[in-house]
Amino acid sequence: MTGVRVAGVGLTEFGEHGDRTGRDLFAEAADTALRDAGVDRETVEQLNYGNFMGALAERQSHQAPLMAEAAGLHCPATRYEEACASAGVAVREAVRAVRTGEVDVAVAGGMERMTNLSTERVTESLAVAADELFEVRAGVTFPGAYALMARRYFDRFGGDETDLAHVASKNHTHALDNEYAQYQREVSVEEALDAPTVASPLGLFDACPVTDGASALVLVSEATAETHDLTAPVAVTGTGQGSDRAALQDRETIAETPAARRAAEAAYDDAGITAEDVAVAEVHDCFTIAEVLALESLGLYEPGEAVGAARRGETTHDGELPVNLSGGLKAKGHPVGATGGSQIAELTRLLRGDHPNSEWVSDAEVGVTHNAGGTVASAVVHVLEVAG
Amino acid sequence: MSDGAPAGDAGYDEWADALAGGGYYLSCPDGHGSLPPRRVCPECGDDALSEEPLPETGEVVTFSEVHVAPPDFAEQTPYVTAVVAFGPVRLTGIVRGLDADDVEIGTQVGVDVTRNETTGNRLLVFRAT
Repeated sequence: MTGVRVAGVGLTEFGEHGDRTGRDLFAEAADTALRDAGVDRETVEQLNYGNFMGALAERQSHQAPLMAEAAGLHCPATRYEEACASAGVAVREAVRAVRTGEVDVAVAGGMERMTNLSTERVTESLAVAADELFEVRAGVTFPGAYALMARRYFDRFGGDETDLAHVASKNHTHALDNEYAQYQREVSVEEALDAPTVASPLGLFDACPVTDGASALVLVSEATAETHDLTAPVAVTGTGQGSDRAALQDRETIAETPAARRAAEAAYDDAGITAEDVAVAEVHDCFTIAEVLALESLGLYEPGEAVGAARRGETTHDGELPVNLSGGLKAKGHPVGATGGSQIAELTRLLRGDHPNSEWVSDAEVGVTHNAGGTVASAVVHVLEVAG
Repeated sequence: MSDGAPAGDAGYDEWADALAGGGYYLSCPDGHGSLPPRRVCPECGDDALSEEPLPETGEVVTFSEVHVAPPDFAEQTPYVTAVVAFGPVRLTGIVRGLDADDVEIGTQVGVDVTRNETTGNRLLVFRAT
């Protein structure tokens, strides 16, 4: 089994891209990643592409060959769909393919186009990730589902809306200098608390925005990095995935996310690390409560302890464990099918030193990404390390 | 191909309709509860599933008042969605006849089935007992 390096990363700006097509967005991200890696297109042997709602947003399924074509790649291309964890799964399968030696160079990432739909249609399209019979027909929306989790969490462990407002404010602060972020502006705790309710107890600033965007990574074997003299100082040393019952009502707990715990345990075991080794994290904060649930599932906090982490200043840029230095989904944006790749692109930039927030983690050797699908019926965790 | 009439969802439809008369859930020999359609118990895989009467009263496990809804529910906003435990199973539906302020974790409710007037789909509703 060979080691895997991140040779290149590419992102579009996250935000509203108006009439730009999905294929154009992904082509930009892939092109940026290939240039960043310094590898020729001809060497790419596999494209793993994440996308969630293309059939609804652009009436376009069967997107992978289309994206390979747009990126100028001539290799087998496969679309992965695991709701908001689509790109995470796409990257994981690319990592596994490189590790076995099956391929030496893979491109993995994803794309989502969302802002061409009305708010109502986006809400409807995102809800498709829930259990259609038992949740969608019962009026459960995506924010509504996380609101159900937040209410249960508060009841079981404590914490309140102010704690969550600190998560929102923190991630907006982190995004200020990130050129890819949808919102490069401060949101105060008071502003977050005063926002209209979307699904109680969650308000508008507890939710990530609706975003267009794409992400791409070039993953290569260690041998390829060496023989081609690539600059690829960050290695993917661990990958793990977990699944759970689709509907919240059928889970063993609604105040925790066991699929992410299983993914984290598998990824840590794979990398030979423990939660104590983790110095920086990019986690799936589609809603503020989701960051809390993620940190506990990752073993970075005990159950019930993470809700106050941002408020206590522990997960801020200058805290002991900076979380979502990219701005997270919350402020950087959440083009659903691209997010899992974006998190690894951002963590790679943070660790190799060319991220606007790299200064806060200059000594970090180990970081994790946590990408979740739906209400965490799917979860993918990756461990990235600065290679020797 | 369909002749235009929407196909049903066998197992689910009968189960939801039965909620009007008390309702049932599925149980395996080990007592794991589940909801149809099921071939096997999702916990242990046992295929010996029996229909057991649903308890008349359930307890709210969690709830949310939803203000931003998809088109299928736009005419009902704001509405309260709740997950309610009935013995070994939990159901998700909309609370009727209670204001959001009157709903708490632990509130006792019964379940009934009605129709979503926008879609015509079956809709689970909870009412105070």
